[in-house]
Amino acid sequence: MIRSMLFIPGNSPSMLQNADIHRADALILDLEDAVSPDQKDAARVLVRRAVQALGFAGCKLIVRINPVDTAYCEEDIRAMVPLKPHMIMPTKVGCPETVQAVSAMVGEAEAASGIPRGAVGLIPLIETCEGIENALAIARADPRVKALFLGAEDLTSDMRAKRTKAGQEIGYSRAKIVSCARAAGVEVYDTPFTDVNDEEGIEADTALAKSMGFTGKASISPRHVPVINRLFSPTPEEIEYAWEVLDIIEEARRQGKGAISLRGKMIDKPIVDRARFVLQMAKMLGGEGV
Amino acid sequence: MTIVRSAVAGTLESSDALVSIAPSRQLEVHVESVVMKQFGDAIEASVRQVLRELSVTGAQIRVQDRGALDCTIRARVETAVLRGGEEKPS
Repeated sequence: MIRSMLFIPGNSPSMLQNADIHRADALILDLEDAVSPDQKDAARVLVRRAVQALGFAGCKLIVRINPVDTAYCEEDIRAMVPLKPHMIMPTKVGCPETVQAVSAMVGEAEAASGIPRGAVGLIPLIETCEGIENALAIARADPRVKALFLGAEDLTSDMRAKRTKAGQEIGYSRAKIVSCARAAGVEVYDTPFTDVNDEEGIEADTALAKSMGFTGKASISPRHVPVINRLFSPTPEEIEYAWEVLDIIEEARRQGKGAISLRGKMIDKPIVDRARFVLQMAKMLGGEGV
Repeated sequence: MTIVRSAVAGTLESSDALVSIAPSRQLEVHVESVVMKQFGDAIEASVRQVLRELSVTGAQIRVQDRGALDCTIRARVETAVLRGGEEKPS
């Protein structure tokens, strides 16, 4: 399960060699914006050799590739798919056809490297107004799509809006991408908080993302990873409440009651589903007493 | 792979290496490193292994290592070769 995703510039040996010490659930090895056009070739080779040599055990690997309308995209896919990353992140995805084009290229690369078809997932980066409006179609575009990812910097530029720490300008986009991802049955990840020195800001922004339904959040700074992991993990109070819900449901079943309340609130199916999800998540994270 | 032009890859930043390559009839590898005493021979062996993998039999290579991991040195050598080389006709 992925709560935190840490961006690592693909052509930075110093960041790559320490990438897995920050306890991020996933690393986003970036071949796109973090790499200048004249270093794309070097980044591909460095990422390939670093992954082969260092392994990055304990972190799921995601590779952010260049947009499909650039000459780099196909080379990125050919170089990265043999590494069997958890997901490829296509960028500037505005329509389902882009996802399908990338999926076809990934399929060819899987076949060429003897990897089972469908082993490599996709997490489209939605960072344009067109992408937001087509989010449901993008999420349903191909079985490889495992998650959607919101990119707010390019999005606000496309919207001609000012990017703020409070993030009102992306409120609609956040709600829309979460709703579309959930409708399609895939995960959904929030944009990074870009002020690496604002500790209150990352706390508030992460709490907001969790409250809106995101699965997790990306980060451009290792300093943000512990906050994201903590806030996207169930709290002891949430775990305790989840156990109480399941206990009271069991009690209701024994007594043959159709409806039952806990702490003055009727316990219905969505609450039971949420309780089960909390306990499942706590168990996956190795929580005690779960 | 035949080296047909001069090329460089990497940087002189910490944990990286700057690799320069130029055409030559024979293989000449020159390594400078902040950890030359401890790892100079291992670095040269890695450079020569990458050159073998890429079928490079003639080149002048200079590696200026700034404490790079083995995988970084190998990556920079490979990139320099790809930038300076052309596939040999089969």
